[in-house]
Amino acid sequence: MNMIVCIKQVIDPEAPPASFKIDSASNKVVPPQGVSPVIDPYAEYGVEAALKIKDALGGKITAISLGSNQLRDIVKKPLAMGADELVLLEDEAFDGGDSWSTAYALAMAIKKLGEYDIVFCGREASDWNAGQVGSGIAELLGLPSITLVKKIDVSDGKARVERVTDEGYEVIEVPLPVLITVSNEIGEPRYPTIKGIMAAKKKEPTIWKPADIGVEASQIGAAGSHTKLLKLFQPVREGKCEVIEGESPEEAAANLAQKLREAKIL
Amino acid sequence: MAENKGVIVFGETAGGKLAAITTELLGCGSKLAKELGQELSAVLVGSGVSDLAKEAIAFGADKVYVVDDAQLKDYQTDAYTSVMEKVIKQAMPQILLLGQTSIGRDLAPRLAFRLKTAASLGCLELAIDPSSKLLLQTKPVYGGNAQAVFTCETFPQIATVRVKTMEPLERDQSRKGEIITVDAALEPSAIKTKVLEKVAEKVEGVRLEDAEVVVSGGRGIGSEEGFTQLEELARMLKGAVGATRPPCDNGWVPAGAQIGLTGKIIAPDLYIAIALSGSSQHMSGCSGSKTIVAINKDPEANIFREARFGVVGDWKKALPALTEKLKELLAG
Ligand SMILES: Cc1cc2nc3c(=O)[nH]c(=O)nc-3n(C[C@H](O)[C@H](O)[C@H](O)COP(=O)(O)OP(=O)(O)OC[C@H]3O[C@@H](n4cnc5c(N)ncnc54)[C@H](O)[C@@H]3O)c2cc1C
Repeated sequence: MNMIVCIKQVIDPEAPPASFKIDSASNKVVPPQGVSPVIDPYAEYGVEAALKIKDALGGKITAISLGSNQLRDIVKKPLAMGADELVLLEDEAFDGGDSWSTAYALAMAIKKLGEYDIVFCGREASDWNAGQVGSGIAELLGLPSITLVKKIDVSDGKARVERVTDEGYEVIEVPLPVLITVSNEIGEPRYPTIKGIMAAKKKEPTIWKPADIGVEASQIGAAGSHTKLLKLFQPVREGKCEVIEGESPEEAAANLAQKLREAKIL
Repeated sequence: MAENKGVIVFGETAGGKLAAITTELLGCGSKLAKELGQELSAVLVGSGVSDLAKEAIAFGADKVYVVDDAQLKDYQTDAYTSVMEKVIKQAMPQILLLGQTSIGRDLAPRLAFRLKTAASLGCLELAIDPSSKLLLQTKPVYGGNAQAVFTCETFPQIATVRVKTMEPLERDQSRKGEIITVDAALEPSAIKTKVLEKVAEKVEGVRLEDAEVVVSGGRGIGSEEGFTQLEELARMLKGAVGATRPPCDNGWVPAGAQIGLTGKIIAPDLYIAIALSGSSQHMSGCSGSKTIVAINKDPEANIFREARFGVVGDWKKALPALTEKLKELLAG
């Protein structure tokens, strides 16, 4: 089994909401002080999904990450978890892209890698929450796509996949190769082992520039985008919580009940 | 080349009726169409959906494209993308709206790439820019910590809209409209996936999406048993139990109880948030609630920035007291 997982480095989405700041002049997020970036959480679920298949059937996992200023310690995490190769699409020309230009660059890189049975993406990245790159790559490569996946069984050149729906889930059968976007129901990503971390340290990522994957600067990053960001802003919170007092939590809770009744909320 | 014109809504059905999101999209679409001085259409794709075309008209559509084919009974990415590509090429709309549902989330991006345009998923607000006449697409980003306004200069401009953010029009059976039947013309060989089974999670009592009161628990509840106490309060208030992601991932509650950006989106009258921190990703699913009440032992927890009333303390002490007192008050 040859598997490819698309990952990316993001601002830690679990950082306290109060630490989140934007610079409205440049329409950009100000990275919070002292909070280290992380691998996008859903992409990490993607790595986990690939590792589960590798555990069962063996195979090779290649992680691809696109962006500039990618911190090696961060983007090497899939290697530490058990992936085999890391390809970085690293160039300023890749920056500022939207789903279209990002999926295009990734699709071209995947084409260059050549052999694959399953391409994994997270269901949506924690920064722009676009939720489109996976489906986009599939369309550009002419692959079937199954999104919001929580379980995968592979046998006889086919995958039997469970997809989360609003009502529950559905079971879908699809021939390989296929693109799958992974949801958290797949199960918590494993922690890197010491051995994995040591191996990842020694492993050098492959770096590809736009020319290496046969794309022009005009097709990628901000230049290749179809959408325009007009404005980025933080919604105003009313923030007028009335803390109900009491001698003890029990008393406060009873007072809360009274309050809800008086305010005719209940 | 013909000019793109009009707004079109991808309709979903549920239990032989138009899904609520479809009537919401028609409500939103009719405003946008009016502003552009153009028509509003709907597309119904499925098996046995023809009868609902009149309903779509009653809810505001001027035109309804119907693709009714036994092969379209279940949603499938390949089949629906190819059918929608055909309808869009025939209708040539400026704007295509879908719901932010498990279907819309899947179909919108695949179709956008097929049509070489772009989509914005999970929009909260849509408006027409007065000067450019482009669709202003406002959606949460960074897990709801921020919102972004996007435009797209390729047609159709595609947006999915979050459930319960738009108002449907009043149903008006006297409205007239045109019904256009489109042949699916599916090549069975072009459909690579096969839906083997659909499993609906069992719901006891009120559905989370319909509940007027939701009692929701977070990581701090700590166990499946803990949630039985939330269920007790929910039952008494004829409401439903929800959760943040960790309780779902830990199997304390079913996955379908997850509320948030990647879970269910609800807007009950009362949301009781217990032992959850109020992450932006969670709040994305419940910030439309009329009143939010929080119980959390950490006075600095973000949930207190979102709640109307709060109790600072251990939920194990506060919740039984709250349930007890409410039982007494509601009985009396
Ligand atoms: C792209 C993306 C999408 C996501 N989508 C969702 C989503 O849809 N829904 C969702 O919920 N999450 C989602 N998450 C996860 C989200 O970021 C948070 O990790 C999650 O919401 C935290 O859940 P929590 O508040 O229960 O846990 P925590 O943040 O750990 O909070 C637990 C709270 O419980 C309190 N507590 C603990 N013990 C007690 C006690 N005894 N009494 C009272 N209070 C107590 C603590 O003070 C704390 O505030 C998403 C994340 C990403 C990156």
